Amino acid sequence: MHAPDGFLNAGTAVTTGVLSVSAVGASLRHMRTSLADRQVPLAGLAAAFIFAAQMFNFPVAAGTTGHLLGGALAAVLLGPATGAVVVTVVVVVQALAFADGGLTALGYNVLNMAIVTAFGGYGMLVLLRRVLPDNATGVVAATGIAAGLSVPLSAAAFAVEWLFGATVPVPFDTVFGAMVGVHLLIGIGEGLISAIAVGAVLAVRPDLVYGARDLDRAQIAMRPRVGMRPFVIGAALVALLFAAVVSQFAAPDPDGLERVAEDQGFIETAEDHALATAPFADYATEGLRNKSVSLAVAGVTGVIITLVVGLGIVVAVRDRAAGRRPDADRAPRSAGTS
Amino acid sequence: MGAGHSHPLYVHAHSPTHRLAPEVKVTATVAFVSAVAVTPREAIWAFAVHAACVATAAAVSHIGPGFVLRRLLVVGPFIAFALLIPFVGSGDRIDVLGVAVSREGLWGAWNVIAKAALGATASILLAATTEVPRILTGMTRLRVPAVLTAIASFMVRYLEIIAGELGRMRTAMAARGYAPRWLWQARPVAISAGALFIRSYERGERVHAAMLARGYTGTMPEIGVPRASGLQWWTAGLLPVVAWTAAVTALVAPA
Repeated sequence: MHAPDGFLNAGTAVTTGVLSVSAVGASLRHMRTSLADRQVPLAGLAAAFIFAAQMFNFPVAAGTTGHLLGGALAAVLLGPATGAVVVTVVVVVQALAFADGGLTALGYNVLNMAIVTAFGGYGMLVLLRRVLPDNATGVVAATGIAAGLSVPLSAAAFAVEWLFGATVPVPFDTVFGAMVGVHLLIGIGEGLISAIAVGAVLAVRPDLVYGARDLDRAQIAMRPRVGMRPFVIGAALVALLFAAVVSQFAAPDPDGLERVAEDQGFIETAEDHALATAPFADYATEGLRNKSVSLAVAGVTGVIITLVVGLGIVVAVRDRAAGRRPDADRAPRSAGTS
Repeated sequence: MGAGHSHPLYVHAHSPTHRLAPEVKVTATVAFVSAVAVTPREAIWAFAVHAACVATAAAVSHIGPGFVLRRLLVVGPFIAFALLIPFVGSGDRIDVLGVAVSREGLWGAWNVIAKAALGATASILLAATTEVPRILTGMTRLRVPAVLTAIASFMVRYLEIIAGELGRMRTAMAARGYAPRWLWQARPVAISAGALFIRSYERGERVHAAMLARGYTGTMPEIGVPRASGLQWWTAGLLPVVAWTAAVTALVAPA
């Protein structure tokens, strides 16, 4: 969002302004050496593309649409320095010519929307490319994740600025939670669109993708589809991560029913569960003194049991014969009809 | 966000403000908006002075209040957020019309609304009286790096063309029965974004070659925008000076 004037206090506006000017200045110097005299028309047209891309409405759900921010996409395609300058130009012109964003808010608007997204997105791309395969699919996947994370990163940067320069009495953790939470969802769309767009550019003119400039032709031509096995392994790892690690941060407060029971005074009528003495009762492992480890072991065991039972049910009810009948889908031909 | 903003706010008229040199207007606007931004929120009289300055500027520029109010919708989301703050903000509560609201929150909401509205109005007046290429010329004269303003002027020049290509791609998709509603159906939109980037980049390469063929040496020539005279600086400077006087008075005066 393009924040208006006076949204954050003067000290924050000046500090972020100095940061933005320094970052843009350094990026301009780098652009001059890398692009030389091509820099003006190329960056200008790229800025027009980013401006137009921000007008792209892609469907999100049930017909509602979202649109791109474009900082990470610009960084992957043009490099972080040029990408940052291009998005800066877009933000500044939006403030001057369209009154979109305050003139005194340019410091933090440019910092959040251009510098953080471009450099942060590119940094994450570099890190992700180290663990992902060195081919077109790896670049596309890395772009998707980096662009998707760049949006909540930008929101987190705004929340940090809010910590120092808020002019309204809303606490930092409320702002951080709300901003990052909403922008995590927005980032999903941004990541998906950026990934597919970069894939399309790689297919036609791979020399235009700065983030893939080290790949040779054979690697660019390699576009293996992500198989079922890596997907299953990845999904299982995510489930185990949530069960063992994220569960440690669960709120200890009672849930809705328990809370109402306490308030209305009928909590005493609750009887003990029939299996209250079972080894994993109440998500704690019997015999393990350490609370975190006990919770983690209970969680992981639960995931494994659910996986085995679920898999067993699916295996038992699947149609075994379907694979062996090649014309199972075709209607039987009856003699005598035309 | 750029969604929906493809037409700059310029209003064609012949007012004294339209005739001012662009660097004067940009400096005056930035100076005025800075004065608004540093004004302490309790000094309501200072905001009245600022509002009077903006109203004077709008009258001199022949820009009507209806135009300004319509364009002010761009800060609508932040006004809405500001209106919520008294109800969710922390701090001691006071009673307003029987509802307990946070006192800090009320002041904070007033702060956001007043400064956002005044700042946006000043920006709207600048954009309404100055065409975008002239704004960029003004910025070059104010020592903004020429590379940045040159890139910006190219962006503005080619934006209509690129947006037109985007529109044609959308029409082509619609003509082929593409009516997506869910995120995973957005693949053609994303692929067309990639194609649009390639077209824009290749157009940039062609433009560069054409510029070289016409003797481009690295800087764009400046044509036909008269420089500001001292009188222009003095007349345009009146309003920011008034605003800053009010702001400083409010800052140093005992509460």
